[in-house]
Amino acid sequence: MKVSVKYFANMRDRMGRADETVELDEGATVASLWAKVSDEPMPENTLIAVNMEYTNTEEALKDGDEVAFFPPVTGG
Amino acid sequence: MKVVVQEALFDPWEEVRNYQQQNLPRGKHGGSVIFVGTMRDFNEGVDGISRMYLDHYPGMTEKHIERVCEDAMNEWDIMDAYVVHRVGEINPDEPIVLVAVWSRHRAMAFDACRFIINDLKHRAPFWKREQRPEGEHWVEGNTADERAARIAS
Repeated sequence: MKVSVKYFANMRDRMGRADETVELDEGATVASLWAKVSDEPMPENTLIAVNMEYTNTEEALKDGDEVAFFPPVTGG
Repeated sequence: MKVVVQEALFDPWEEVRNYQQQNLPRGKHGGSVIFVGTMRDFNEGVDGISRMYLDHYPGMTEKHIERVCEDAMNEWDIMDAYVVHRVGEINPDEPIVLVAVWSRHRAMAFDACRFIINDLKHRAPFWKREQRPEGEHWVEGNTADERAARIAS
């Protein structure tokens, strides 16, 4: 299956890219996606969204999902 | 209820006046609470911040703020809520965010406005990158709402 991945703010700088499409095995989770896109552990304060809803590393992914990784937010 | 995320500079007072004239029935609201967040030229002990870039997650940002406004309208007996938030390049003294809430009585409007801006600051996907004298810097945390923290503790 394929998922699209987005990175924002300093996560984009860290990854050196804003987005990408990643091929994953069935049953993959957010954690296994991260292991595929980065050799380093996920920074502790990273926020995760799947299809624009906050979630955690345990969430199982499905084909066509949009996953985003980003640092704590600083709007307002 | 309306949520707008835009690059363009806006006049918060004109926005409030226009929104109220177009959306609120006349003579029905007893209180309106308006929060306007403005860009400072100092932050985290650093002076001389010349401008700022505000990054966001198009789609999720709007969706998140709309849900927060709906939560506020369900939680408190308010009549309407209007939020405008800028993204992109912002200069000191320019407004960043407007949160306006109308209700029959003031207490509901105060509570709902505080709830919306606090959630927005801690959960809505926006990120500030400041142009500081020594270079560009991603802001890593928002200033805490000390009164809210004190009440919660």
